[in-house]
Amino acid sequence: MTAKDMTDFNAEKVIEIKALHKAFGSYQVLEGANLDLYKGENLVVLGKSGTGKSVLIKIIVGLLRPDSGLVNVLGHKVDEISYQELLDLRLRIGFSFQNSALYDSMTVRDNLEFPLVRNRKDLSKSEVNALIEEMLDAVGLAQTINQMPSELSGGQRKRIGIARTLILKPEIMLYDEPTAGLDPITSKEINKLINDVQERYHTSAIIITHDLTCAKEVGNRVAMLMERRFERQGSFEDIFNSGDELAQPFFDYNFIQ
Amino acid sequence: MSLEQEKSAETPKPVGKFGNMFITLYNVFGFIGRFFREAFLPPYEFKELMRQCYEIGYRSALLISTTGFITGLVFTKQSRPSLSEFGATSWLPSLVGIALLRTLAPLLTGLIAAGKVGSSIGAELGSMKVSEQIDAMEVSATNPFKFLVATRVLAATITMPILTFYTAMVGMLGALLNVSVNEGTSATTFFQSALENITYLDIIASTIKAIIFGFTIAIVGCYQGYHSSKGTEGVGKAANSAVVTAMFLIFVEEVVCVQIFSLFNT
Repeated sequence: MTAKDMTDFNAEKVIEIKALHKAFGSYQVLEGANLDLYKGENLVVLGKSGTGKSVLIKIIVGLLRPDSGLVNVLGHKVDEISYQELLDLRLRIGFSFQNSALYDSMTVRDNLEFPLVRNRKDLSKSEVNALIEEMLDAVGLAQTINQMPSELSGGQRKRIGIARTLILKPEIMLYDEPTAGLDPITSKEINKLINDVQERYHTSAIIITHDLTCAKEVGNRVAMLMERRFERQGSFEDIFNSGDELAQPFFDYNFIQ
Repeated sequence: MSLEQEKSAETPKPVGKFGNMFITLYNVFGFIGRFFREAFLPPYEFKELMRQCYEIGYRSALLISTTGFITGLVFTKQSRPSLSEFGATSWLPSLVGIALLRTLAPLLTGLIAAGKVGSSIGAELGSMKVSEQIDAMEVSATNPFKFLVATRVLAATITMPILTFYTAMVGMLGALLNVSVNEGTSATTFFQSALENITYLDIIASTIKAIIFGFTIAIVGCYQGYHSSKGTEGVGKAANSAVVTAMFLIFVEEVVCVQIFSLFNT
């Protein structure tokens, strides 16, 4: 089965983006971008630095507001709902930051506990502890539970960041440059973790990256962000082999084993 | 209001220097308004509030003790020659008591807290902003304003009056040391004399000033940190602006408060 076969285009759309525009001052970042995320798929958004990839997922999670266009996430128009409704929606979306964004004054345990105790008041202390242990096991870092973020390596921080995101059992995962700044071996481990998360927790995910190895290993489908919109979408192999004059220069400057 | 809604509201428009000043003022008042909305509506962050009270109060105590004690001691020593010219050294305890409670203790505590607490809040929030920790709270469905800003401002507002009276007390001990060494006055006589001329208005005025200073220090620190620009330079600027702005505002507020409370004294 090829990667493309794994996307079920008849599945429910969990994210629907239409004619999305976003500018910062006179700098137009997104101009008429269209994108859908289907339930259960890992969608990789590829593109050069500064093309608005991170802006896109920040719009999806309501950290940035679109200038115009439709952004429908799990049936909610993110720019039209109230702040409380947005907070409720965010419980169903996990966001893994490029630099992990761990709370550096808290231990790993406290980092994982933080979103739980605020949003799952129905859980007992023992259930909270069990969930923390489950998530740390899932990312293979159970031994770091009492460490501070400053004591962790870059790869470990990424994993803990993903564990903190997963602890609320989101339906959608948004990964912002998950392998940026990591060595190839650690990158491979993160790629495996992203696939494990999809398989184990049945999440749908958007993975923002310019790492082609990551795109190839985790993506069921690839969308290339070029010239402020998604010009090419399809399986990694389709785009890689297409010889497309817009996409090819991007591939030419990257090395894939 | 989401973080970005706030950001877009705060994007400076090309309206010139005065226009930008008014936009900043508008944003500051918006920030203060949001504090009152978030601080008094549930859910409440009691645990974090208690932690912040401990951080602000207990951790400032040593510095405040030292400066308060030295101020009381030095103020008494410097006042003695002037009073002794009129044979009025017996008024020293009373003079020190009034000076400490009415002005020195609130002002000194405010300035020290602006340096220690204001800079710490500005740098901490600035660093969290730069490293996307505030965004991480937002996306994990936690209201960062309530957790970070409301708790710190409330904690500083609650703790400052306590610290102010503590400073006054420690300052009196410094003064007592000087007076008892030079005149052999007992502690009982000293405190009787010192408290004799202190009125309820002095205590109320001092409390109100401390509350205003505490609120100012924390809200300025939080505003600067919450709106710091990207990068480590931005964190430094946020901490620096938090201290400078808070100190300036404390002096302005001191002048205004003195004018207002003197109306009641007359």
